[in-house]
Amino acid sequence: MRHLPAVDRVGVDRRAAALASRSIKAEAQAQAIRMAIGMIDLTTLEGQDTPGKVRQLAAKAVCPSPAHPEVPSCAALCVYPALVPAARDALAGTGVKVASVSTGFPAGQTSLELRLQETRDAVADGAEEIDMVISREAYLSGDDARVIDEVEQVKAACGDAHLKVIVEAAELGGYDHLRHATDLAIAGGADVVKTSTGKVGAGATPGVTLVMLEAVRDHAHRTGRIVGVKAAGGVRTSKQAITLLVLVKETLGEDWLTPDRFRIGASSVLNDLLMQYEHGMTGRYARPDDFSLE
Amino acid sequence: MTVAPERLTTSWDYAPAPEATDHIRLRDRYELFVGGAWQPPAEGTYVPTTNPATEQPLAEIAHAGAADVDRAVAAARAALPAWRGLPALERGKYVFRIARLVQERARELAIVETLDGGKPIRESRDVDVPAAAAHFFSYAGWADKLAYALGGRDVEPMGVVGQIVPWNFPLLMAAWKLAPALACGNTAVLKPAETTPLTALLLAEILQEAELPEGVVSILPGDGTAGAALVRHPDIDKIAFTGSTEVGKDIQAALAGRDVGLTLELGGKSANIVFEDAALDQAVEGIVDGIFFNQGHVCCAGSRLLLQESVADEVIDRLWRRMERLRVGDPLDKNTDVGAINSAEQLQRIEALVAEGEREGATRRTVACPLPERGHWFAPTMFTDVAPVNRVAVEEIFGPVVTVMTFRTDAEAVQKANNTAYGLAAGVWTDKGSRAFAISQKLRAGTVWQNTYNRFDPTSAFGGYRESGFGREGGPSGLRPYLRVR
Repeated sequence: MRHLPAVDRVGVDRRAAALASRSIKAEAQAQAIRMAIGMIDLTTLEGQDTPGKVRQLAAKAVCPSPAHPEVPSCAALCVYPALVPAARDALAGTGVKVASVSTGFPAGQTSLELRLQETRDAVADGAEEIDMVISREAYLSGDDARVIDEVEQVKAACGDAHLKVIVEAAELGGYDHLRHATDLAIAGGADVVKTSTGKVGAGATPGVTLVMLEAVRDHAHRTGRIVGVKAAGGVRTSKQAITLLVLVKETLGEDWLTPDRFRIGASSVLNDLLMQYEHGMTGRYARPDDFSLE
Repeated sequence: MTVAPERLTTSWDYAPAPEATDHIRLRDRYELFVGGAWQPPAEGTYVPTTNPATEQPLAEIAHAGAADVDRAVAAARAALPAWRGLPALERGKYVFRIARLVQERARELAIVETLDGGKPIRESRDVDVPAAAAHFFSYAGWADKLAYALGGRDVEPMGVVGQIVPWNFPLLMAAWKLAPALACGNTAVLKPAETTPLTALLLAEILQEAELPEGVVSILPGDGTAGAALVRHPDIDKIAFTGSTEVGKDIQAALAGRDVGLTLELGGKSANIVFEDAALDQAVEGIVDGIFFNQGHVCCAGSRLLLQESVADEVIDRLWRRMERLRVGDPLDKNTDVGAINSAEQLQRIEALVAEGEREGATRRTVACPLPERGHWFAPTMFTDVAPVNRVAVEEIFGPVVTVMTFRTDAEAVQKANNTAYGLAAGVWTDKGSRAFAISQKLRAGTVWQNTYNRFDPTSAFGGYRESGFGREGGPSGLRPYLRVR
């Protein structure tokens, strides 16, 4: 019989809204923007992705703001498995990690054997980080053991690569399930738990992110093992990104404000962060076209 | 070129984010608001009101004496026939207009509330002022529907009402008092608290702007002597008081044997009960909301935390870690969670009771946060190993101090929660609906919150059992004390 950890939706949303109303100004804002940029998994996951597009985005990930050398590189570039070689070549020697989605992303509705093979191929091609999806089919049909087992097997297939486990919050049907699925992913050996594929629903809302931060906090508190969190999906503005950092700081503490422990999966947010950074420096808003698309 | 990601060599501190005050225009001196005009006090007494966070004076405030109370009551009596004779729909429009003006001046009211009382701007901006406007809006709609409020019975206003409000929610409590009184066709004399008169005086400006007929509301700042004169005035038909149980008892004694309506909303030592199946992180948030909201200066504060023994250690641990993240300091800073203690006198009272708790052997933990040098401050504090017999478990501290006790079974939880002289509010934290309802029915408390705490709504009744007072404010039941059934 299942015993789900209780999570109260009203309370979570209230707390998340309170933290989202923090007012982050001046140097605190500039610092937050630099931190957020350093935590971004710059992502392109489209059917029309090509090696050319990946190379251009890689250049942006390595040096997001040539005008401001103090702005760090993004943490990683996240692509489909077929484009891992292109990303690997473009990022060689830069310190920006190659991340690949895997396991039949985004639905995960392929055989386990295929998902494992896809993971092994991506790692062999040079992926240093794997973003897998849990089987929502297994979770929603009540087969918790299979959810854990599949995470364990993908983790084994990853070898040295870091494993991020996407629970796809919007498909789980509530915060109770989100917390429970996050706990299962952690139990299966996830290095990082991740909110969403970005293909479904509202993604990394403050409430969803808060519930997952609480799960890793409790796990660290209980066992000492650090599991990271990646907030992905729907993060488009600086305000949203900074809210995520506030959530981390006030739930887990400042120790967690590093790219090892917290990531933001996004693409368009980078230019908004750069625009706000510029505004902080000059007091004026730049035009959107003052920032390169890739 | 690669730039290493920023490592937190220093911490990520939020930069100060103070709410601007340069647009606030306070007068140097506020007179009494009597009969629709600003009038000097008969005895010529003026007392400065200060900002408890800085101890700086904000303005000189006229203090009313017995002669001023007399004038205000006479003005209210004179205004009564026309006001109660007005078509009810027109009366409702006045109340509606007040609500709109409160909204229009919301930012100013929030800032002044924070300056005068020390509460965080986040609370005055997001709770006090919107709730005050909501209260006027809600009762504006009742004005022409009074016949339906009491099951179709024929009703009339009480007459001239005296209203005395406390310092913890100065504007909101004034709204709680005035909105139903006006909607029901009464005229009123309102006395704001000694340490926090400013927003009531801004409300007087709003009443003028709303062109409320002269004398319908008078606002008389002052100390306890003005309140005592109002209570004992022979031409008053009803008294509504929110404040301490001690003063409430005095008032009831003073009115004994007189045909004067009375409602009292007094102190509390409310139980916040956490069961083992509760969503613990959200329960911790509710505990924080329950006791650290408005520095614990809340009559319904969840000051007695009752934890089921099986989760007590875990909840205490989580609560303590959460308390350490509370941001204590400048009330005007938009990121402040806990502001200044309202007055030196209140700070003394808190310090004395906390010292008594230590003396009685309870374990005290106080957050080691930096506190400003000037002003009145008390860091968030938790008492564990508290016995129900200890004074900190029995008496209202009215500060940011939570006392923690444990229970084993549902029955024991109810027994302990009800084992108090008070009965204003309670909180029940459980994931089980059947348990929540079963426990709530057995609690002798005016308000029971389920899986939340300190949430206020103008449509729901608020009031106490036993020494927390009697009568209800809010919702249709809030009309009853301001109406006479014919």
